[in-house]
Amino acid sequence: MEALLTAAFLTALLAGAVAAGVPLLLAGLGEQMSEKAGVLNIGIEGMMLMGAYLGFLVAFESGNVALGFVAGMAGGMAVALFMAILCVGLGLNQIVIGIGLTLGVEGLTALLHHFQFSTTYPRLAAAWRLPVPGLVELPVIGPALFDRHPLVYLAFLLVPLLAWLYRRTALGLTLRAAGEKPAALDVAGIDVQTVRFLAVLFTGAMAGLGGAFMANVAAGIFIPFMTGGAGFIGIVLAMLARGRPAWVLIGAVIFGGALSLTTALQVAGLNVPTDLIQMLPFAAVMAVLVLYGRKARLPAALGLPYVRGAR
Amino acid sequence: MPVRSAPATAPVVELLGVTKRFPGVLAVDRVDLALLPGEVHALLGENGAGKSTLVAMLSGLVEPDAGTVRVEGRERRIGSPRAALQQGISTVFQHVMLVPTLTVLENLVLGMSWWRRPDRAELERRLAAIRSEFGITLDLDQPTGELSLGEQQQIEIVRALLRQSRVLILDEATSMLTPSGADELGALMRRLVKSGLAVVFITHKLDEACRFGDRITVLRLGRKVGELAPEGLAAMDQAAAVDEVVGLMFGDRSIAEARPTRLRKAEGAPILTVRGLTVTGATRLARVDDVSFDLRPGEILGIAGIDGNGQKQLAEALAGQRTVATGSITLDGRDITRDSVAERRRLGLRYLTDDRIGEGAVGGFPVATNTVLKEIGAPPFWSGGIERPGRIASHARELIDRYDVRTPDETTPIGRLSGGNIQKVLLARELSGEARVVVFNKPTYGLDVQNIMASRNRIAAIADASLAVLLISTDLEELLDVADRIAVMAAGRLTGIVANDEGARARIGALMIGRAA
Ligand SMILES: Nc1ncnc2c1ncn2[C@@H]1O[C@H](COP(=O)(O)OP(=O)(O)O)[C@@H](O)[C@H]1O
Ligand SMILES: [Mg+2]
Repeated sequence: MEALLTAAFLTALLAGAVAAGVPLLLAGLGEQMSEKAGVLNIGIEGMMLMGAYLGFLVAFESGNVALGFVAGMAGGMAVALFMAILCVGLGLNQIVIGIGLTLGVEGLTALLHHFQFSTTYPRLAAAWRLPVPGLVELPVIGPALFDRHPLVYLAFLLVPLLAWLYRRTALGLTLRAAGEKPAALDVAGIDVQTVRFLAVLFTGAMAGLGGAFMANVAAGIFIPFMTGGAGFIGIVLAMLARGRPAWVLIGAVIFGGALSLTTALQVAGLNVPTDLIQMLPFAAVMAVLVLYGRKARLPAALGLPYVRGAR
Repeated sequence: MPVRSAPATAPVVELLGVTKRFPGVLAVDRVDLALLPGEVHALLGENGAGKSTLVAMLSGLVEPDAGTVRVEGRERRIGSPRAALQQGISTVFQHVMLVPTLTVLENLVLGMSWWRRPDRAELERRLAAIRSEFGITLDLDQPTGELSLGEQQQIEIVRALLRQSRVLILDEATSMLTPSGADELGALMRRLVKSGLAVVFITHKLDEACRFGDRITVLRLGRKVGELAPEGLAAMDQAAAVDEVVGLMFGDRSIAEARPTRLRKAEGAPILTVRGLTVTGATRLARVDDVSFDLRPGEILGIAGIDGNGQKQLAEALAGQRTVATGSITLDGRDITRDSVAERRRLGLRYLTDDRIGEGAVGGFPVATNTVLKEIGAPPFWSGGIERPGRIASHARELIDRYDVRTPDETTPIGRLSGGNIQKVLLARELSGEARVVVFNKPTYGLDVQNIMASRNRIAAIADASLAVLLISTDLEELLDVADRIAVMAAGRLTGIVANDEGARARIGALMIGRAA
């Protein structure tokens, strides 16, 4: 039992929480943008998976991980484009289309991966790290937080940046209006469909980046279905965050921590059934939903297509 | 009559022969309209006349199927709200178009330039100018959703002024204002047109059109049926103007005048007896406190009082939609205090809610389905649990015919009909079968003059057919028009019941302010 409290264990736990939490953070922040604008983006799981697949493929073939991230974002946005055209442009049901896209991408990436690599799973070289001078010397949190891939820092920086965007800029106002009362935004002279379209594309970019991070940095490998519900957890995070990026971060840390604890406990060889440990992240989701689910305040027009002049 | 400003020369915006069709309705039919600077142009028409559709075309929400729009003499297409704003046309819509979760400031800057941070100091400077010129003050940091509808409307007007509009359209702007609020709006419109704006004032209320309008255009069933120019209006006094407009609106002046005539007097023993009825409620006002009355066949008992003094609770307790705490309700000698809604309905007690769309009908369902909504599963419209669409349709067609419901056909979703026609469908439904007692809650609320008159006549006819009617209304004129006796309700209690004869108005007034009659 003491083994659990050593510095090495805590470092590993925290490092694992960050590795598992960053994709959730990116997905949650992306989803939050869509939801603010009034689109419930259920397709985000598919966008992440496409990002993971393309991100890995390009990084593997070109040997350039940065290029892989660009490809991952592009992959996520490509799926988001379908979502935007079908749900925003044509006003189709967001839940049906979102689930359909996710299932489609799951099948497609598994198939492509099988054609390309058959049953082998090639690995990327260990990811590049950028230690932050000074901070990296701190005990426990130094190596866990400040000796990471630059994308980790970027993801954290996005939190205050988006918070500022939502609260302080006219663009943030526009997004909030699109989700609360699109008709009011429309008659104020801003095209609701354009705003929603761009918001969905942003979600795709964030989700794709999160997926690429999973494959290229956290795992160094692509496995079909590897996102395993991370996108859906992103949706939960966005819904519980009441529109605040900081709350997405807190949620991502909790869920990332639960995922990491799962691995750490298994490694530590505790005498607990693995099934029970693997339940942990999902139990955390349930617990949080039970405790805070009712307080979640969603935009009034979330999930409703906007048609000008309809009544 | 307000002092008229000098007639201006050229129209800012002109509609020529615009037409708009919706599935099943010709909402606007070849209408010409010219908006002149310095003029309040009143657009008058009953519900469903096509006023809002005309507004929608001017503000870029829908495009006309035919006809042209000219701005400053040049033909333009107004394809989006943005295009309308760019042409200087601002609209305060019938339903508030503000985001309730944003602050007043945020709503004002919404759509101004979305890449730039709103400049508060600059905005405050311009608001100060508006305040000194038009006398509107706003608290910029209030959440908009917490303001009254009148205050929200002011925000929308200020927004239009900030945009340097040339045309300001106000769609049913007085419907959410108190009478004094409406007068203030009238004065504001006067100041606005003085500053050179063209104002379009839309209303279904005759007297407002005559009081505030420099020019009056009357729409009926999508068509423009007449226009009174300032020259003509200025020459008449208000009563003459009203007369003239009534003629245009209804084609027949007598309609708005006609008072329902009662043929018969109440007779026999009470059919509905209420004793000591008490219903507990969330607030002091939303409850029923020790209410007793009798209602005889052929009689109309009116319940007067300020809205929200327990009238709705009383109606729902009678209909069986609310649990009675103490007291009793007896229908034709049978105690029904604990009976279900369906049982009471079967016994002949019918209830017409004031919430026509929310509670009375399922907006998305066809008219036909709505006519049998309270008989789901029962013969003859269902047999062995299977719906019989043919039966329902022919039943619906018969009711549509008998009650003169204006609808394309019985398959039209009821939510598409105007308020007056929905009311007719609900009444038709409630009166079918063996009705004996009918409870009306604000039956004419939100209807236009013609439908109000028709509804009152129908209520009188129901009583003449020996049914007992309980008529709850906040409109005292309505009660004085048709009721035999009038009770006043305040804070859940009946403070008195008076016969509707000479001097009833004064006695009811006394009861309303809390003195004995
Ligand atoms: N978006 C719409 N879809 C279908 N029918 C409509 C729509 N808007 C208005 N209508 C119909 O057009 C007619 C005119 O309505 P409207 O312009 O709202 O009248 P008003 O504002 O004068 O009360 C009505 O019969 C209404 O039912
Ligand atoms: Mg209207």
